[in-house]
This record gives sequence, structure tokens and C-alpha cells, in this order.
Amino acid sequence: MNEVITEQKRGWLGRLRSGLSKSSGRLAQGVGDIFTKHKLDETSLADLEELLISADLGVNTSAKLAGQLADHRFEKDVTGDTVRQALAGDIAAILSPVAVPLTIKASNRPQVILMVGVNGTGKTTTVGKLAKIYKEQGLKVMLAAADTFRAAAIDQLVQWGTRTGVEIFTDAPGADPAAVAYQALEKARNEGMDLLLIDTAGRLHNKANLMAELQKICRVLTKLDPDAPHDVIMVLDATTGQNAHTQVEMFKQLVDITGLVVTKLDGTAKGGVVVGLADRFGLPIHAIGVGEAAQDLQPFDAGDFASGLLGLDR
Amino acid sequence: MFDNLTDKLGGIFDRLTARGALSESDIAEAMREVRVALLEADVALSVVKDFIDRVSVAAKGEDVVKSITPGQLVIKIVHDELVAALGATSQGLSLSARPPVGIMMTGLQGSGKTTSTAKLGKYLTAKEKKKVLMASLDVRRPAAQEQLQILGDQALIQTLSIQFGEPPVAIAKRAMKEAKLGGFDVVLLDTAGRLSIDQELMDEAVAIRDAAGPAEILLVADAMTGQDAVNTAEAFHDRLGLTGIMLTRVDGDARGGAALSMRSVTGCPIKMLGTGEGLDELELFHPERIAGRILGMGDVVSLVEKAQETVDEEKAEKLAAKFQKGQFDLDDMADQLKQLKKMGGFGGLMKMLPGVGKVKKALDSQNIDESMLGRQEAMLSSMTPEERKRPALIKASRKKRIAAGSGTTVQEINKLLKQFQSMQTMMKRMKKHAGKGGMPPGGMPPGGLPPGFPPMGGLR
Ligand SMILES: Nc1nc2c(ncn2[C@@H]2O[C@H](COP(=O)(O)OP(=O)(O)OP(=O)(O)O)[C@@H](O)[C@H]2O)c(=O)[nH]1
Ligand SMILES: Nc1nc2c(ncn2[C@@H]2O[C@H](COP(=O)(O)OP(=O)(O)OP(=O)(O)O)[C@@H](O)[C@H]2O)c(=O)[nH]1
Ligand SMILES: [Mg+2]
Ligand SMILES: [Mg+2]
Repeated sequence: MNEVITEQKRGWLGRLRSGLSKSSGRLAQGVGDIFTKHKLDETSLADLEELLISADLGVNTSAKLAGQLADHRFEKDVTGDTVRQALAGDIAAILSPVAVPLTIKASNRPQVILMVGVNGTGKTTTVGKLAKIYKEQGLKVMLAAADTFRAAAIDQLVQWGTRTGVEIFTDAPGADPAAVAYQALEKARNEGMDLLLIDTAGRLHNKANLMAELQKICRVLTKLDPDAPHDVIMVLDATTGQNAHTQVEMFKQLVDITGLVVTKLDGTAKGGVVVGLADRFGLPIHAIGVGEAAQDLQPFDAGDFASGLLGLDR
Repeated sequence: MFDNLTDKLGGIFDRLTARGALSESDIAEAMREVRVALLEADVALSVVKDFIDRVSVAAKGEDVVKSITPGQLVIKIVHDELVAALGATSQGLSLSARPPVGIMMTGLQGSGKTTSTAKLGKYLTAKEKKKVLMASLDVRRPAAQEQLQILGDQALIQTLSIQFGEPPVAIAKRAMKEAKLGGFDVVLLDTAGRLSIDQELMDEAVAIRDAAGPAEILLVADAMTGQDAVNTAEAFHDRLGLTGIMLTRVDGDARGGAALSMRSVTGCPIKMLGTGEGLDELELFHPERIAGRILGMGDVVSLVEKAQETVDEEKAEKLAAKFQKGQFDLDDMADQLKQLKKMGGFGGLMKMLPGVGKVKKALDSQNIDESMLGRQEAMLSSMTPEERKRPALIKASRKKRIAAGSGTTVQEINKLLKQFQSMQTMMKRMKKHAGKGGMPPGGMPPGGLPPGFPPMGGLR
């Protein structure tokens, strides 16, 4: 566990950067190679486009960004670093509008946050991480175990409740998730909670019945509070490729997603797909997951993300 | 958002064939489309490049240039090359070592290792008649060991008792030892999720491998994985020496290019596919299916097979006979609904069809949804046998009765009857065209053609 301790010392930004730069090392080096060897000509732009593609930015977004660069600097002598700075600037410009933190309003007692997403992305873990943050801010936080389907999902959330010292509402495995959500909100209200975090089962966006179940949870909550859930946060795994577009599209259409959390950015995956997502959907990215521990949730910063993606120091 | 590659290439070549012979630059244009299709399907860039190089050589052959349908031929070359690259034959697990045979499950966090472990356990118990022991070596994630235990209880597969505080390597050793004593054939070792750049945990995985000496080391990876698939697969293979890949969440609508990336960089066969959260949702790998999917050509093989599996042969024959005679009543429609439901409803069907996007749009525009299937079934079963035989009997008062009985409305009854009529018309038309054969075109068995489903021709 030595690594964990030194990692902590370096702080989250350093950690994020080292994670991102490990993963974007190849990308950065690639950009350097292209632009110290060539002018910013067609070939260089094509190569640059490919490098963006290999960071999961997707064919369209990569072409668009390369095109943008071509407009400004085509056939001028430029260094790799300058190109990277410019590119990071362009990416940051796309991402800045969506770098919006989650806000908790005291008037929503409790504010209800529904955590959704496809299987295994990190919903339960993110619920645990958020619980820690808000508990430490002095809010009264309750968790609701509305994943009654996956084996030991309730146990998992209970352990997060214990770990972070917040209250948790559970029912038996197999219970109706909408009923769990409803009862949890009732209880959270009675106990004067500030925040209710509802963990739901992972579901693929193309499963109509499971998506209908999620809609039912939302519907049932409005019976107690017409504004609930106040936030529907979709948790997206940074490892995901272009399918993220369809995921967000479907979830947004069916349950009115209000924001995203991108997890597993401590790995080798770059999460470049969020650039295209930001451009297309404009959904706020509230936070990023950079590890499995409770403290590994960080605000999303457009500039840092873009710089990290291109291996630049900032 | 993904256009069908067949359509795109078809378009290019249609323009070209009008002009006559194909040039090298025509092929190059086609290859650019193939490249985009592969990248959109999340095949890693380096892998795409190698692949395109190989296909270009093949596509420049005489045959394509001379062919009257070069588009089809290029598709075939691409498809065949893809099947070959994915591993032309499906490979099972190697279980021939002296028992107990260890199988180690590894991969990134949340990729589906624990679920897949239980699926394999169930599969090996039921299909291969093996005595299986499962052990969770995940001492990190909250409730990970409990998760496997619960799945074991559900599937009636023995799990190694949980001893709190025992480190992973010790658990592995205990599992192998107890398996030997207990006469188990196979030991499935579920490990904690880990990042390939996490030195400490990668070292741990190596130590587990060395302690257990597994015959199979499987990388469990998500079909939705993007470009990172190459980094992860390469790193796990370098450290652990993988023997195979298990691809999960194939039940999603990701194009699954990661399969090709991982196979290409490791050379390891893709051995199994996870196709759902249920423990029975495990399939052997068939390269043609994944190839079709990567190319956005739909899972045609699966569709045909599934249709064959679920369609009652006898009923299909009877129905075919009725087609020929132009007799087709509401009972037949009810049968069709049942078949459709068995095939996973519209959702299940759509996933397997080519040009999914367009099918979906067509369905959306007609307001067809899954619950409609259930309602239509209810309406049909609220009718009397006479009514189903002679739909003309169903007038206003009967409609009211049927609506009340099925919890639907008279409008819905009207809509159903109208759909039925249009099906009849369609069938009569088909009868005329098909002549003596009488079977509907497109290779779909008659039982698989859902009511009110827009004719395939109109969707492409
Ligand atoms: N490295 C890393 N791992 C993470 C992160 N967030 C979650 N995980 C891990 O990912 C795995 C899945 O996380 P869960 O929180 O169980 O995911 P989930 O979305 O609730 O999963 P389901 O409920 O099964 O759909 C666990 O092993 C977590 O520890 C992250 O930011 N970085
Ligand atoms: N739809 C679908 N879901 C799957 C499949 N395989 C696993 N899952 C789901 O994916 C989520 C994560 O599965 P787990 O088996 O817990 O994954 P894991 O790799 O053991 O996760 P960690 O131990 O946290 O690293 C769960 O919600 C599973 O139900 C699959 O083939 N299809
Ligand atoms: Mg969960
Ligand atoms: Mg697990």
C-alpha cells in the first residue's frame, strides 16, 4: 500500500495527471513526433486526427478538432508543444461549459439524487464517495439500496454506509426498487435529511423493461415530491468507447439525465469520448472517479482534463 | 448513428459501376469507409491499420475489379478477413489437465468477472458434468466475496468458505487444496478488479497465478470497451500470459470492436460471450456474429438461428400452407405474437437486425412498443374461437366486450383488426409474387414475421 500513501501526498491533481499522462503518454509523444518532423500539412493533420481517435474522441469529433486546427495554422511552422496547447485549448473550450459541480440546495429537504447507468460503471462506489463528501460538509445524508437485483448489491452499499457513517435504507433482495425509493424518501423526509442518494441496479440502455423500471422509480418519487429526483446522475465508465453516445442518448431520453460522473480515470483509458458527449448533449460533468477509495472523487476541471489528455503540464 | 457499411459501400460502388471498371483509388475510397466503420465500432487504431492493409491487398485482386457487384464482393472479403482475424473456429476451455483444473478470472474493475465466474461454474456443471468449486479472491471491494457466495447458492455450485482477513494468495492455495481433497474437477478463481498500471495488484495477480497454477487465465472484458482495449489486453497478457478472453455485455448494442483489438494484440482466442446478467446467459464465441456486428451488418446468423430455435416447425409449415391458400386468421396472428415474444420481443429482434437504427425509427414512428405485444395478446385471447376464425364477426358490441375483457380500448381493437387486414393483403400480394413457393421472401420463417411489422424492404 506504499503507493497509495505517496499517491495521497501528491494530491489529486498530481494523481490525476500522472494517471492521465501515463495513459496519454503515447498520444503526447505522437503529437510531438508529427510536428517536429513535419509542417502542419494534410498528413500531419491526418495523423493528429488519428491520435485523437486513439484517445476515444471518435471519428467525427477528431475530424472536427483537426479541421479547427487546420483553419488556424495550416502550413505554418509550429512546434509539437504549441499544437498541443492549441488543441488542449480547443478541447477545454468544448468542456468548460459542462464543468458544472453538483449543487445541494437547502430548500430541497431532502435533495434526491438518483444514480443510474449501465452495469459495473461505478454507481454504488460513487454513491459512497458522494456520501463521504457531503457528510463531511455537515449534511445529513441517507443512502437507499434500490439495487435489489444484483447479488450482494445491498451488502455492498451497506458497507459504504458503515464506512462513511451515514444512514442507509434497505429492503430485502428482490424487493420492488420503486417501493424502496419511495419508502426511503418518506423516511428521509421524516428524519429531516438533507440528501438522499439512491443507488440503482446497472442496466443496459437497450433493455426496455429495465428502463421502464427506472422510469417507474422516478414517477413514484414525484408522488412525494414533485421535483424529485432533483438530480439523475448517469455514471459513465471512462473505458467505454463510442457506445457511450447511445448510452447517454437513451438514458437522457427515458429518464431525463441531469448530469454525468466519469469514473475509472485513474486507469489507462482516456475517457476522450466525453469531448464528443459534451459537444452533442451539453450535460454537466459533475465529478470524476480516480480510484476505488472513498476520497477518490474529484471535481471535473475542463482545463486539467484537456491538458491531462494531451500530456501537458498546467 | 452508425450507418450500415453495406449501404455505404453499396453507394460508392453503385456510382462506380455505372462508370465501368474500378480503379485503385476506388478501392482506396472503399477502404476509407471500412476504416471509419471499424473505428466507429471501437476497433483500436493500430489494429484497424493492419487490417485495412491486409484487406486492401485482397480487394485489389482481379475478382473485385471484374465483378458486377464489387460492393458485395468487398463486403465479403472484409467480412471473411474479419472472421479469420477474430479466430475462425470457436475454442472451448481446456480442461484436460489433471484435476483439479484451475481457471483464473482477471480483468479491470466492473468488467463482469464475478458474474462470469458463476456463469462458467453453472455451464461446466450442467453441460460438462464437472464438479466445480468457486472461490472469491477479492478481498478489496465491499461485499465481493458475499456476491460470489450468493451466486453459488443460486446456481447450486459450491463456494469456498469465506475466512475474513485471509489474503488472496492464501485463498487460492486453500481453494486448490480443498478441491483436491474434495475431488473437484474444476476450481474457478474470481479475482478483484485491477488496473493494468497498478503494479502492486498486478504483482498480486502474478502471485495468485503462481500459487494456483491455473490451466486457463481468462481476461474478462466489456464489449463496450473503447480504444483502451489494446493497452489493457496487452498489459494483462504480458504479465499473466492469458489463455483466453471472455467478452461480456454482448447483450448491449455496442459494436464490440474491442473483441478484434484484444484478439489481435494478444493472439488469445475469445472463448466465451456474456449475454446478460442471468447465470444462463453465456454463449460460445462465434466469430461470424461478432464480425457482422462490428461491420454494422446485424447479427444475421444469430437471428436466423434464434428463429429456427424458437419457431415451431410444424406450426410454421401449417402457416406456410395457409399462406399458399390465402387463409390466415387471428389464431395465426396470436401464434405469431407468441413466437415474437419468444424471440425477445421487438427489442430482442431489433438488436439482431441489420440497420438497427432505421428499424427503430420505423418502429418509433408507428408507435410500436413492447407492451403492445402483451396487449395484443390479451385482446386476441379475449376473443372467442369463432371470432378468431372469422374476424368479420367482430362488430361494435363484440368489440366492447373484447376491450373490457382484455383491459384495452375499442380503438386498440380496431387498430389490431386493421393490422390483421393489412397483413392479409400483404400475404395475398406475396402469394401472387411468390407463385408456387408461397414462402415469404427474405429467408425469415413465416412464424417469425411479426404482425404490423413494416415489410423489410421498406426499412433499408
Ligand atoms: N479504478 C477505479 N475503480 C473504480 C472507480 N469507481 C468504481 N470502481 C470500481 O469499479 C467496480 C464496479 O463499481 P460499482 O460501484 O460496484 O459499480 P456499479 O455501477 O454499482 O455496478 P452494478 O451495480 O453492478 O451495475 C468496483 O470494483 C469499484 O471498486 C474509479 O473511479 N476507479
Ligand atoms: N447486461 C450484462 N450485464 C452483465 C454481464 N456480465 C456481468 N454483468 C453485470 O455487470 C455488473 C458487474 O459485474 P460483476 O460480475 O460484479 O463484475 P466484476 O468484474 O466482478 O466487478 P469487480 O469485482 O468490482 O471488479 C453487474 O451488474 C453484472 O450483473 C453481461 O454479460 N451482460
Ligand atoms: Mg451497484
Ligand atoms: Mg467481482
